[in-house]
Amino acid sequence: MSLLDYFRSSKPKTAPLAKERLQILVAHERTHRNQPSYLPQLQKELLEVIRKYVNVDQDAISVNFEQDENQETLELNIVLPDYHNANKELNN
Amino acid sequence: MARIIVVTSGKGGVGKTTTSAAIAMGLAKAGYKTAVIDFDVGLRNLDLILGCERRVVYDFINVINGEASLSQALIRDKNCNLLYILPASQTRDKDALTLEGVGKVLDELSKEFQYIVCDSPAGIEKGANLALYFADDAFVVTNPEISSVRDSDRMLGILSSKSRRAERNEEPIKEYLLLTRYDAQRVKSGEMLGLDDVQEILSLELLGIIPESKSVLSASNAGVPVILDEKSEAGQAYSDVVARYLGEKRPHRFIDGKQSFLKRLFGGRS
Repeated sequence: MSLLDYFRSSKPKTAPLAKERLQILVAHERTHRNQPSYLPQLQKELLEVIRKYVNVDQDAISVNFEQDENQETLELNIVLPDYHNANKELNN
Repeated sequence: MARIIVVTSGKGGVGKTTTSAAIAMGLAKAGYKTAVIDFDVGLRNLDLILGCERRVVYDFINVINGEASLSQALIRDKNCNLLYILPASQTRDKDALTLEGVGKVLDELSKEFQYIVCDSPAGIEKGANLALYFADDAFVVTNPEISSVRDSDRMLGILSSKSRRAERNEEPIKEYLLLTRYDAQRVKSGEMLGLDDVQEILSLELLGIIPESKSVLSASNAGVPVILDEKSEAGQAYSDVVARYLGEKRPHRFIDGKQSFLKRLFGGRS
């Protein structure tokens, strides 16, 4: 801090903003951390298989991996197009 | 058996090499035979920080490829005869490092040394992964800055999943925090993340806070690890880090940055 700064009015406090942004970001990234590396490939191949039978969009399929102390869960969610029995969902 | 320490961060420019040189010197000064290895193949710098750049004949890759023996490649430090440096290759690329080769070199060093300090390159690619793979302890070097904290958190994920200890289901790598380039005045005025902010996210055992200090640049200019500059705050902070790592209880300093009125007025930092 120099002589000039000493008399100047205080600067804006940006550290709390940095902390808030970091907390949100890190929480989000941690949920993805333990996912197996085959997930994107699995998603791609599943999409190819499903497209043989039903015409679905790229984002109509989601694969989620969750892990707790006792078990690992792989959740597969496919949204079928509207004209084909409105929003039928498949879960395993 | 040597204890293997990796100095890592993810992000570049936070002070990994400065820290590696300082703590390796600190451990050697404390009486432990210590080797410090530069894993930054293609961009070696540890030799400069330790002031032995003109004595490099053989390097880490030469040893891995069997072109030189370890004793030919190791450089004894000019300030402390218990400290040895294994420089990185400047002409090869990081693919020259192999898991098997690194493991063999570390095994051989382990027979003779008490501590092996692995100076990791930035990033999360091969060099960084190999630097941490065999580690027992990790010094996570972090700046109180948003991208550095994020990268450190990412690095913690890698330490807990991609190390030898993780693969063998052994006790995990012990992770320590080193908060470097800390400016207590700016923390006080709300311009910089403070220790508590960083710890709320990383929650690691704190080995020390290294204050932003002009003496770090002077030390690297001269090729003498800053820990040998006992008058500087950064040098003292690194001495504390080594003492704490070796089990000594020392209160943390440089958190609130007490400065004299004159220094505050004229803006000097030692």
